[in-house]
Amino acid sequence: MPRFLSPLANVQPTVYLVVAGAVFLLVGSLDSARFASLTVGGVGVGAAYGSLALALVLIYRATHVINFAQGELAMLTTYIAYQLVQWGLSYWEAFFATLAIAFVLGTAIQVTIIRPVQHRSVIGTVIVTVGLFILIDGIASWRWGGIAYAQLPSPFGFGAWEVGGVPIQHLYAGMFGIVLASVLLVWALFRFTKIGLGMRAAALRPAAASLAGVRVDAMLALGWGFAAVLGAVAALMYEPSQFSGLTPTLMQTALVYAFAAAVLGGLESPAGALVGGLAIGVFLNMLAGYAPQVVSLEVPFAFAALLATLLIKPSGLFGQSQVQRV
Amino acid sequence: MRRRLPALGSVAIVAAALSVLPFVLSDYNVYLGAEVGVFFIAILGLNILTGYTGQISIGHGAFMAIGAYVTAVMSRDHGTNLVLTMLVAFAACFVIGLLVGLPALRLSGVSLALATFALAVSVPQLPLQWSNYLGGSLGVQASTKPSGLFGISMPGVAALSNQWIYGVAWASSALLFGMAWLILRGRVGRAFRAVRDSEIAAVASGVELGLYKTLAFGISAAYAGVAGSLFVMASNGFAQYQDFLVVLSLQLLIGAAVAGLGSLWGILVGAAFVGLLPKISGSVPLIGSDNGRDIVYGLLVILVMLVLPGGFAGLLARLRSLARGLNRESIPVKLRESSSQ
Amino acid sequence: MKTLLELEDVEARYGPIHALHGVSLAVQEGAIVAVLGPNGAGKTTTLRAVSGTVRRSGRIVFDGKALGRAGPAGAARLGIAHVPEGRGTFSELTVWENLRLGAYTRRGSIKSDVERVLTYFPWLSDRRRQQAGTLSGGEQQMLALARAFVQRPKLLLLDEPSLGLAPVLVAEIFRIVRELNEKEGLSVLVVEQNAHLALQAAQFGYVLEAGEIALSGTSAELRADESIQRSYLGY
Repeated sequence: MPRFLSPLANVQPTVYLVVAGAVFLLVGSLDSARFASLTVGGVGVGAAYGSLALALVLIYRATHVINFAQGELAMLTTYIAYQLVQWGLSYWEAFFATLAIAFVLGTAIQVTIIRPVQHRSVIGTVIVTVGLFILIDGIASWRWGGIAYAQLPSPFGFGAWEVGGVPIQHLYAGMFGIVLASVLLVWALFRFTKIGLGMRAAALRPAAASLAGVRVDAMLALGWGFAAVLGAVAALMYEPSQFSGLTPTLMQTALVYAFAAAVLGGLESPAGALVGGLAIGVFLNMLAGYAPQVVSLEVPFAFAALLATLLIKPSGLFGQSQVQRV
Repeated sequence: MRRRLPALGSVAIVAAALSVLPFVLSDYNVYLGAEVGVFFIAILGLNILTGYTGQISIGHGAFMAIGAYVTAVMSRDHGTNLVLTMLVAFAACFVIGLLVGLPALRLSGVSLALATFALAVSVPQLPLQWSNYLGGSLGVQASTKPSGLFGISMPGVAALSNQWIYGVAWASSALLFGMAWLILRGRVGRAFRAVRDSEIAAVASGVELGLYKTLAFGISAAYAGVAGSLFVMASNGFAQYQDFLVVLSLQLLIGAAVAGLGSLWGILVGAAFVGLLPKISGSVPLIGSDNGRDIVYGLLVILVMLVLPGGFAGLLARLRSLARGLNRESIPVKLRESSSQ
Repeated sequence: MKTLLELEDVEARYGPIHALHGVSLAVQEGAIVAVLGPNGAGKTTTLRAVSGTVRRSGRIVFDGKALGRAGPAGAARLGIAHVPEGRGTFSELTVWENLRLGAYTRRGSIKSDVERVLTYFPWLSDRRRQQAGTLSGGEQQMLALARAFVQRPKLLLLDEPSLGLAPVLVAEIFRIVRELNEKEGLSVLVVEQNAHLALQAAQFGYVLEAGEIALSGTSAELRADESIQRSYLGY
């Protein structure tokens, strides 16, 4: 290739795909107001999926375990925020308090329930997360399930900016913004702090990290804590966009989409999870807007994407291809 | 299934107990017994897949759904004898299982789990999409009169009554268990075990990996199909997609984990755990109701996995070696893990 | 001279398999001690027993303190740096991040530590941003050594440093180890299949066979021993 383009040789081909997609969306939005508004909505909701997907990837990278209870945990923390608001806290006070509580819950779960099983087998740990799913669902339903029309006050209101005839709802912009901010914070933590380095090392090679003095078990617990925080952000952002408001089933379909997003992006790639979430959010919103007759196939579509990714490029769009084993 | 004949004593006790129960238990409990039989068959199939070839599936609820709808639709449209539909479900799911197993060869561990999870979530939605043929949210009602060939009628027992279902379910279970035992003690079984223990070594020994892994998928899917068929019969012949959502696949997975590997008693315990517990623990005082049931169930699942990593079969193995006075640790049979570090 | 590390009747097992059947050895402060022996003798296991990577029983005293049940992270904090077989470098992290990990147990500024390390491995400062996995085998081994040294340990456990490396590089590595030992007073317990190199660098040696110490002595004594000459020195 010509010399001035040579820095591009190191760029993964999928980045081109993503850029092309973004350009497509931009052009379409400039062309049609409906397209634009569907894109905006998709990006907002997709950010929530991406945040949840990121939580899944965080835990998967560290322990090769898929946490089936991630969505339910997120839902539970949202109910906790609801309860805090009921007790008189302002939305943002409740928001940050909930994030702290989510962190504690995540670490506590890892230490008490996951740690005893994680060394034995991956599938055993996954089943424990399934049990956790059922347990948390039961607890949330028991405590708050009877409340009809539970809702968190929306911090963004329901207004919108008018940009060239296209309404950009504050809600969707807010969803995207908050998720982006939290993701950047977590990224910075991993990239620039000593603890972040320890967590990365513990996830990559626990044995070698241990030899360097990293307390691997503690790092895993922290990982779960941060994952819980990301999940809480996802649910807190997602809830205002749902007509049914706050219900125990709030995050169940979102979890399914988050799985698809995580796989799409490559289970080991945080950036991929986020982009995957946005892609799925936009795609599904487009589907709902332009082909409402196949709405009941939304979930299967998401999974068709997941399956296709797994079969064609198991390491996902952003993942590193692994050596083919026999 | 162990290589030597499972202690004839065990089989005899189980068979005797099961034969007596319908006469002793209340009608509702007989129904529950039939449900346990349904889960027994499905978990047996999963045991073959996961326990013997190490492939993880969180999607066998989808095969149950397929078997269920095969039965319901055939009966509704052609009045086919219900037992015959079971055979068709078996065959159909075997083929579909093979078709799923083929691409599944490229995946392993968590990827395979997620792919099968995708199946579990997507397949039950199909009746909604093809609602003309598959009844949509209204479901499909089978015709309740067994007719034609193989008209099985037991004297004094009405078709589709709980006793009838119980009988058919456990008779099928016995048949399928025997079949599984035969398969697993032979060449196929050895090949399966070779695949589970080390794929590379198996290939080096000339075991055709793809063939046996796909075969295992087909067999386990066929078993799940039969289970689905029976499930519909137990539900008064009514098939509805809501019964086959992803929760079902999770239940099967839990049941297989509780069962552990290769023990008849284990599979019975696993089937009972999944079939009975959700229904019984609803009477928990203090919390009561559905939510209490979920809380207890969830806690139990977690506890069982913490305390009994090898499932019930592992517990039995440990008790046996204790009884023999040996001190060596039973080497736990690990279900296939994803790539290690 | 003070005894820095002492093993008394140490046993170690991997599940049901006994790897060490009562190993006793000692490392004096400021010394380089070699552990020789055939494959499967338990040399690597001995190092793992010291760093706490494997389950062990028996007495291990380091710097006057009994090691008890401390795992590898604890051992690192006490001043033991273990460079495992296969180096244990983090291929996905950069050279700089690998070095920083070495300083994980240290508080406060690590600048002077790193600068000190760079005097022994000057070529590392140009490669800070390079992914460790793209370094050659020899460079990775040196990075592993550098990382261990950033830890400012009292004892270095070195497992098969020559594995898979060209002789020139191996000679360089042993030269650096000797330099660290002489200039920084770093005590070393090195496991090595290449008996010749090991005995050149070390003052004292042990020969391990089937999980037990078969022979021990100063390197001069060992080199002169006929059975060693036959089995390990190729005479």
